Amino acid sequence: MIQVSHVSKIYNTGEVETVALADVSFNIKKGEFVAIMGPSGSGKSTLMHILGALDTPTSGSYVLDGEEVAKLSDDELADIRNRKIGFVFQAFNLLPRTSALKNVTLPMMYAGIPKEKRTEIAEKYLKMVGLSDRMDHTSSQLSGGQQQRVAIARALSLNPAIILADEPTGNIASAQADEIMAIFQKLNEEGHTILMITHEPDIAEHAKRIIHLKDGKIVEDGNGHKQRIIWNTQK
Amino acid sequence: MEYTEIIEEAGITLTLNKLRTGLAMLGIIIGIGSVIALVSLGQSSQASVSNQIESLGANLLTVSPGSQRGGFVQGGFGSATTLTLADAEAIASSPTATDIANVSPEYSKRAQVTANGKNTNTSITGVRAIYSTIHKVSVAEGVFITASDDARQAKVAVIGPTTANNLFATTDALGQSIRIQGQSFKVVGITVSKGGTGFGNADDVIYVPLSTAQKTLFGSTSLSSIAVEAKSATVMTAAEDEIGYVLLDRHKISSPSQADFSIFSQNDILSTASSVTGTFTALLSGIAAISLIVGGIGIMNIMLVTVTERTREIGLRKALGAKKKNIIAQFLIESIILTFVGGVIGMGIGIFASFIISKVISLPFTISIGSIGLAIGVSGAIGILFGWYPAQKAANLQPIEALRYE
Repeated sequence: MIQVSHVSKIYNTGEVETVALADVSFNIKKGEFVAIMGPSGSGKSTLMHILGALDTPTSGSYVLDGEEVAKLSDDELADIRNRKIGFVFQAFNLLPRTSALKNVTLPMMYAGIPKEKRTEIAEKYLKMVGLSDRMDHTSSQLSGGQQQRVAIARALSLNPAIILADEPTGNIASAQADEIMAIFQKLNEEGHTILMITHEPDIAEHAKRIIHLKDGKIVEDGNGHKQRIIWNTQK
Repeated sequence: MEYTEIIEEAGITLTLNKLRTGLAMLGIIIGIGSVIALVSLGQSSQASVSNQIESLGANLLTVSPGSQRGGFVQGGFGSATTLTLADAEAIASSPTATDIANVSPEYSKRAQVTANGKNTNTSITGVRAIYSTIHKVSVAEGVFITASDDARQAKVAVIGPTTANNLFATTDALGQSIRIQGQSFKVVGITVSKGGTGFGNADDVIYVPLSTAQKTLFGSTSLSSIAVEAKSATVMTAAEDEIGYVLLDRHKISSPSQADFSIFSQNDILSTASSVTGTFTALLSGIAAISLIVGGIGIMNIMLVTVTERTREIGLRKALGAKKKNIIAQFLIESIILTFVGGVIGMGIGIFASFIISKVISLPFTISIGSIGLAIGVSGAIGILFGWYPAQKAANLQPIEALRYE
């Protein structure tokens, strides 16, 4: 599903070169639930941007669902994001003063799906995340957890190859965070590929596989369960 | 993504901040409104001037006295006394002047007129019977000056409707007597209104027999003008030449450049008048066009603010798959709606304003399809022109940067 090979990202700010990612390689198979962890400055946001086709690597190759993404133009990247990636952001990023339903239809609008079909699909996914009674609410009328559920419905709307969640519970009260994680786990059980960035170990625990980043390099890549045992023994 | 949807969405966005939207439109409203109003008034006054001039008579040439040139001193225009009744008769009877139909010698001077205890200052024109034919003057009541009136220096007057109203507000003026420079005249006719206004109003006149005006009233032997009607519009130039040769010969002047008279046709007056009103219209429209540009800059300003305010939204839209053209379309359509709606409102206000103004200064109200089309086209074009840069700016935002923007 995802093949990242020898990806580097170097930022040139004046005369100083900052290496955000240094020769990172890994594969993610269909149906995996992967958490990417690391302290701030470890390059996990940069990796997330590249995996989300929001940015391109300085060197290396990134193949998503059989398409090489590394060398695409802005509009081609927009198309990849639209068709293959479902984003869930930390800050929810719903359109203000716009109904939950309209928010969910937004990616489908850019995909050129006719209006009636869009509404039908959006209603289906909002029902799935348990918001069937709040479809006409605007984001300011919804709690953080509800907003994030709208964002998940939006991410699912075009049935993407991969769901990319960037600190999905970072702005949510813990009780609601558990609900969100339960949704992600359910989606994974249904066969969705999920890639989640987090710095909270107990959130990462929900994943089957955890990739640890430090200073732009992968320092650990393994089974989530095994790592949990290591931490527990270290404690 | 269909355009009706983008338009709908842009409409919703614009109604969210009504005050700002209204203020942004204001520049365009004023700009388009003033262009429409000024162009309309310009056309109205042009039409009114040419109507008025044409109503004074077609195929008409006017011979005016002028000072003799070539000397050291040149008299003021129209002050000269070089035209006489004999000149007029010579033009009428000349065997060479074959393109001339009618000749009307005229003597005109402003004087004080009293009647019924009322007092007015108006133009007294000494005319012959032929005047009414040449100048298309018809009487509503009574009769016009006749040849026999002129022959016996009769103290009779035909007055314009405005003069009649000034002197006899309520009573019928016909048969009443008026005093011109202390001499009593009997009103024998009232002319039909020609609908003029202001100074030189064709309705505020008193016609008396030419002989009476010259001998009895003003004691003059000269004429203030000779009106000559050519046989048709096509022989105007030939008629002008014929008159010129007769008069040059009579006045013993060898070169036309030294002529002590001037001849101009209705067309000359018409084209002068239209070029004057045309220049004014162009000038005022130019000023209005500048206000349109200022309005356009206002739109651009607001759109740039909007793009900055909605940076996160743009980032999100791009992250979810919006291509550059989608973002450009969204913002360009917003600015086009701003200018287009502003243009339509401005057009309404402009038409209303020119309607009111033309009523107030009694001009015919005209509004051309051309200026409406122009206003709509221009306002749309301003939306594209001044919305393009902000839309480009929005479309070129990098999604990561835009999402991070606080």
